[in-house]
Amino acid sequence: MYRYDAIDQALVDERVAQFRDQTRRFLAGELSEDEFKPLRLRNGLYIQRFAPMLRIAIPYGLLSSRQLRTLAHVGRRYDRSFGHFTTRQNLQFNWPKLEDVPDILAELAQVQMHAMQTSGNCVRNVTADHLAGVTPDEIDDPRPYCEIVRQWSTLHPEFSYLPRKFKIAVTGAAADRAASQVHDIGLHLKRGADGDIGFEVLVGGGLGRTPMIGHVIREFLPREHLLSYLEAILRIYNLLGRRDNLNKARIKIIVKALGAAEFRRRVEEEWATLRDSALKLDLAEVERVRAHFTPPRYETLEDTDLAAGRDSAFKAWIRYNTRAHKVRGYRVAFVSLKPHGAAPGDMTSDQMDRVADLADRYSFGFIRATHDQNLLLADVRQADLYDLWRALDAEQLATPNIGTLTDMICCPGLDFCSLANATSIPVAKQIQAHFDNLDYLYDLGPIEIKMSGCMNACGHHHVGHIGILGVDKHGEEWYQITIGGSAHEDAALGEVIGPSVPKADVADTIQKLVDVYVEERVEEERFIDTVRRIGVEPFQLRVYGERAQHHSAA
Amino acid sequence: MANVRNIIRRREVVADDWRYLEEDPGGAARALILPLARWHEERAQWWLWAGRLGVRIAPADRVELLCPDLTRLSLIAIEFTSPSEGRGYSQGRILRDRLGFSGELRAVGYVKRDQLFFLARCGFDAFELSPGVDPQAVLTAFDDFDVSYQPATTLTRQQRHFYVHGR
Repeated sequence: MYRYDAIDQALVDERVAQFRDQTRRFLAGELSEDEFKPLRLRNGLYIQRFAPMLRIAIPYGLLSSRQLRTLAHVGRRYDRSFGHFTTRQNLQFNWPKLEDVPDILAELAQVQMHAMQTSGNCVRNVTADHLAGVTPDEIDDPRPYCEIVRQWSTLHPEFSYLPRKFKIAVTGAAADRAASQVHDIGLHLKRGADGDIGFEVLVGGGLGRTPMIGHVIREFLPREHLLSYLEAILRIYNLLGRRDNLNKARIKIIVKALGAAEFRRRVEEEWATLRDSALKLDLAEVERVRAHFTPPRYETLEDTDLAAGRDSAFKAWIRYNTRAHKVRGYRVAFVSLKPHGAAPGDMTSDQMDRVADLADRYSFGFIRATHDQNLLLADVRQADLYDLWRALDAEQLATPNIGTLTDMICCPGLDFCSLANATSIPVAKQIQAHFDNLDYLYDLGPIEIKMSGCMNACGHHHVGHIGILGVDKHGEEWYQITIGGSAHEDAALGEVIGPSVPKADVADTIQKLVDVYVEERVEEERFIDTVRRIGVEPFQLRVYGERAQHHSAA
Repeated sequence: MANVRNIIRRREVVADDWRYLEEDPGGAARALILPLARWHEERAQWWLWAGRLGVRIAPADRVELLCPDLTRLSLIAIEFTSPSEGRGYSQGRILRDRLGFSGELRAVGYVKRDQLFFLARCGFDAFELSPGVDPQAVLTAFDDFDVSYQPATTLTRQQRHFYVHGR
């Protein structure tokens, strides 16, 4: 993992000092609420329904055990002993006191962590494939490039007052596990004709009120031009992005208004003035950063029959909660933060400490946060999997449901968030309770449910195989359902199946959708494939009956 | 003539020697800042005027259009209309880095302490602060950070060395 040098450490220390002074001026009445707001947001601090919320950056999802223990400690000392992992690989604390935040940031700085640019109208935490560096299908490890982009974008003097937030995701494999096509910029590592490394550049993806899939504006960008090209895109956006309407301020709106071809032309024109500037990457320096991500010292091992002679619960965990590793004798193990009956993505301080210990023991001391709100241990010896499973199981962190219907993405919703129209956690629990039979979940296969408590789409509902959006109808919580979305390499936006359903009916409605799937599926077809093959009508008919005809006619 | 205004110029508080056209219609101070539209309309006449000239531009103005004027302009004032307005940072960098403007680049409008570090990095060397902000009290803002990660118009004491030309 990237380790800070004197420059990195000085920067976070100076940032803590700056924010301490800003907080002091706010509490002394020298800064108004409106003036303090953008300053605190750039340090991850929101004012929510009941308390402030502090979002801590986990750059591209990578944590050391020491960092995770510090998060556990912060949770205990300043919050209610739990935290919430987000879809952008960050961690949120829901109950810190405003006046404690400078001290929290100072404690984080001691373990090379910060909360810079986890909110506000600036470039946010850069995210990556959670299987980076260990997945067999990888072209190159995206994390060194994420780190370079993180540094370039941190306290960027020109792009700290953008029209709106700006999200970048980087992938290095054929499979897209970082939802890169629904980011403001998606970067896909590619090899050029000469075998050199570069990027396919997508721009203008996003969710929220106006969901869009990103457009490729450059097929291949040699890696030494990464930052000059990003700077060209950001400059065009900073100058042209709408500032008159918050809901139309993301880059996707400009890309749509100009058309991808014209947007690309403008970027290339701007880039021509920047490509040979001081932003051109020194490839020796790129190698220095890459050296921070060299593989750990793997032992020479053979693959083993993982489940031979073991109990069926372990076999299920192996099948659903572990993944192939590119090194023989090793495997990737998920830490499921989706136990039935709890808020997806939540983790207690005690669990964090325990997972930190397990990471030290079984996975070279590193932990990763995933886009799907789970954690994973990336480098586990196959021979250790049984002991690891037992340890995780004792902490309720081994629910063998990764990739199944109850491995839901879910925003905090109205229980915490001041933007939400409806709750999401109680609906998640309703679905977990309804679909509590693991064998049934396994029969249903991979189904991705994503749920947001409002149009802002923090729970990515548009790109769920099944998407659930909370809406407010005359003070009551109702839920609009979409099907057919995907956040992966086959990215697509889901289609609304009809009028929203009352809160009590959400799980029953999902039951009807999966019933249609079970009746209609052929062979190994996934839910999403069946939806794509037969269309939404059979699903609508099942949910709404005869009313479906009425509504589609209306 | 208007009351003398204090500004920050190159990290010092000084009395402003410039006047906006509406403050000094006769041009007595021999250093006038014109609205951009006025400059465009009366360019030939002002070009020959015996004094220093500046223009004031708004967030949506394209600074590239000032390219043929830069030899005559000693000052460009870039306006920040609200706390969230950020186009001026790019306007400043284009003027300095691409168009090579070497006169005074002044931030005006909503300009307060916590913007100053970033503005200075984007090439601004003069700051006409929002009413009520004491220029003397905010001078420390330029030293909030003495390290930075990216090249920009001006560099900090220490710089990340990712870059071919950045050493």
